[in-house]
Amino acid sequence: MASIGRPARSIRAGLPPFPFLIPGLLLAAGTLLPVAYLALRALGAEDLAELLLRPRTAGVLLRTLALALSVTAASACLSVPLAWLTLRTDLPGRRVWAVLGILPLVVPSYVGGFAVIAALGPRGVLQTVLQPLGVERLPEIYGFPGAFLTLTLFSYPYMLLAVRAALLGLDPSFEEAARTLGQSPWGSFRRVVLPQLKPALAAGGLLVGLYTLSDFGAVSLLQYDVFSRAIYVQYRGSLDRSLAAVLSLVLVLLTVLFLAAETRVRGRARYHRSAAGTARAADAHRLGPWRWPALAFCGAVALLGVGLPVGVTGYWLAEGLRHGESLGLVLKPLLNSVGVSVLAAGVTVAVAIPVAVMDVRFPGPVSFLTERVTYAGFALPPIATALALVFFAANYVPWLYQTLAMLVLAYVIRFAPQAVGPLRTSLLQVNPHLEEAARSLGRSPLRTAWAVTVPLVRPGMAAGAALVFLTTMKELPSTLLLSPIGFTTLATQTWSATSEAFFARAAASALLLLLFSSLSLPFVLRGEGGTGTGRFARRRARRPG
Amino acid sequence: MHWKHDRDSQQAPGDPTSPITPLRRLPTGARLPLALLLALLVSLIAAGCGETATTTSTAAPAEATTSAGEPADAADVGGRLVVYSGRSEELIGALVAQFEEQTGVEVEVRYGDTAELAGTILEEGSNSPADVYFAQDGGALGALAQAGRLQTLDADILERVDPRFRSAEGAWVGLSGRARVVVYNTGKLTETDLPASILDFAGPEWKGRLGWAPTNGSFQAFVTALVTTAGEDATRDWLEGVKANGPKIYESNSAIVEAVGNGEIDAGFVNHYYLFRFLKERGDAFPARNYFFPGPDIGNMVNVAGAGILDSAANVAAGRAFLLFMLSEQAQTYFAEEVKEYPLVAGVQADARLKPLADIQTPALDLSDIDDLEGTLRILQEQGIL
Repeated sequence: MASIGRPARSIRAGLPPFPFLIPGLLLAAGTLLPVAYLALRALGAEDLAELLLRPRTAGVLLRTLALALSVTAASACLSVPLAWLTLRTDLPGRRVWAVLGILPLVVPSYVGGFAVIAALGPRGVLQTVLQPLGVERLPEIYGFPGAFLTLTLFSYPYMLLAVRAALLGLDPSFEEAARTLGQSPWGSFRRVVLPQLKPALAAGGLLVGLYTLSDFGAVSLLQYDVFSRAIYVQYRGSLDRSLAAVLSLVLVLLTVLFLAAETRVRGRARYHRSAAGTARAADAHRLGPWRWPALAFCGAVALLGVGLPVGVTGYWLAEGLRHGESLGLVLKPLLNSVGVSVLAAGVTVAVAIPVAVMDVRFPGPVSFLTERVTYAGFALPPIATALALVFFAANYVPWLYQTLAMLVLAYVIRFAPQAVGPLRTSLLQVNPHLEEAARSLGRSPLRTAWAVTVPLVRPGMAAGAALVFLTTMKELPSTLLLSPIGFTTLATQTWSATSEAFFARAAASALLLLLFSSLSLPFVLRGEGGTGTGRFARRRARRPG
Repeated sequence: MHWKHDRDSQQAPGDPTSPITPLRRLPTGARLPLALLLALLVSLIAAGCGETATTTSTAAPAEATTSAGEPADAADVGGRLVVYSGRSEELIGALVAQFEEQTGVEVEVRYGDTAELAGTILEEGSNSPADVYFAQDGGALGALAQAGRLQTLDADILERVDPRFRSAEGAWVGLSGRARVVVYNTGKLTETDLPASILDFAGPEWKGRLGWAPTNGSFQAFVTALVTTAGEDATRDWLEGVKANGPKIYESNSAIVEAVGNGEIDAGFVNHYYLFRFLKERGDAFPARNYFFPGPDIGNMVNVAGAGILDSAANVAAGRAFLLFMLSEQAQTYFAEEVKEYPLVAGVQADARLKPLADIQTPALDLSDIDDLEGTLRILQEQGIL
């Protein structure tokens, strides 16, 4: 495949140019730190074989796989229709539904888990409503159903953002060609659009699956015994870091399996247009009477993913205020949250660009491994990653330990794949000939990347930045352990108040968290704006004459 | 903004402005990406050092030992004290402010989860910035003491507290206590209806009348204590008996108190202080009260929140002053009146509605040992309760 204009001298080495290679390798080294730490700690485990071979471990493994796969599949079932309805149809209020569709991502899983229990639990809202109708007991929410529901509701937006970016970058002429060749709208969607979405589905699915492996807020609240919960019990209950490390390394192995699966699915196919000229914006499909079931679908997802947590936190707020609890709101945590999240999003996207460019434009074993390795930090329970960074920083770079730079670094290590994935998907849709043209006109590889590639991958950058921003807003374990001392965020405020059952205070912080994250979403959607090519085409089309 | 201030005051490896000067001559299009890459390089090299820079690590512990080895001069209190606290800011923030005001010590507190902060201290090793560790329970303090991370405290600190509520080796001291109790609905039951031991709740007469919170940490600590004192078999029998009574499951202690108050259940197993929040908010008419067993019973097990000074503490004098302050009449009265916990120092009265601590006789129990949560969870899972 063609490239950004590989300089002749680096062909010899078979390596990507150093301006991409070196930052890429540094990021990979950073994301491998937690794995190195876990290996170090696992060496100290005594009854390693006994732990891994006992019957419970097999059950935990099966439950972990079942949960991760089912949550990923369910996320695809929500994301593809949501993305298509909000981008390619005349659905009323498309932008609102798009925002509401992405918003659940900002709900911390411990808040989401509480919300699900409060609504659907044994004494929940639904039970109270159904009681007069003779419903004595709802189906059990604890265990798999609750964990599945919670994790799907609050992680599917990973997939939605990836699919949206891919749909936006998709040249509608493919679809039109299929239609002119006699395919029905459904047939052209199934045969042309869906296969083109494969890399996005795989990339989004990977994030959802790995997030499910790592999360313990939801599984501990809903009492589903998976690896992350077993690890959490080791850390929190027994303070046994060696056994926790052994279990975490099993999660690393699962991550490798997931990465291999995604590599197979996405293949090495090309997804850009090859003809001259630029793509037009896609025409909106008319839904006609189908708009009612479509609205019902979007409404149901929004009700569960946004209505549920907002409703429950709103109820806490009202109850707490009714009982005279003071809110004690201060500005600092809000400023801290927004400031550090913006910083983390910017830095993460900046370091993700070289990795994505290497992987797509300079394929080879080094590029491939670099990109895959960035996922290492994402599937581990956050507490394992946080303690790994505590260990390395406190012992080897104490001047960096518990500083703001350290905290941002921790976010980059944890969240890098959230930016690499969408960027990669975006880049796959850009025809390398555009970059080659710039190179042949005398631009250096870096200037080409800046002047041509970066503007064309804006949808991927926007999606990646949004993901990192939103997840940093709610991040807890690294923030608690690695931030400068006294650094409070909305997430730490929520957690602190929840742990002492000051629900009004917890709710106030949680609602602010939701509010400020949601304010960023319209900007994200505007930033998406179609790929460079689509955008230019639209601008041109608007011009009279 | 705090983060911004921090960023300015340190070496700022992410700062893109300093290394950019030689790039000025480049065309503008290339400047920004290069600057970003350089900024990235600088910050990641810093992280990369962690893997190789073993040589620098030898210097750091040496510094820490010298500062820890300085004589703790009680008169020379001052400077900066770093506290890692598993108790939340809501509970101790006001006390910390009072301590700062009285001593002039500048206190910085990292709030977090008790066990996670203990894990952090273990990972930090001798480079730990923390001077004092303030934990929600004795188990985590026991784990740090076992790892040799806590200094032996002086007798003037230890002896303020009953030996039941401090480390046998003098590594940590309890600062306030909380008892397990049975909360009951006063409309349905009187004290005479309640049994002599928590073990009696396994009897069939309690079918459909109980509530518990098996996921709650305090409940699990109680089960661990039950295993320690009565043995695993007796614990399993009790859990099975209570489970056969079909207790309603709640998320938290406060949910149980609320359910007892509105008559949903007759009685539930909780920590003693949750009731007082309800009495304060809803008034004394709230129809629920705490029940203490008449004799020595593990059902009234008392756990503590406590603290110790790290072996690597840089400011031992301030750490000692902090512990002494937390054991002062002023702080103990705060725990008793504001948090409704048991003060542990003689002479400070617990809330009048509580059974005096001296009268709660539980079987001998070393609170440092209450750290085998894993074993407890295994039992709870095998009994089908979790």
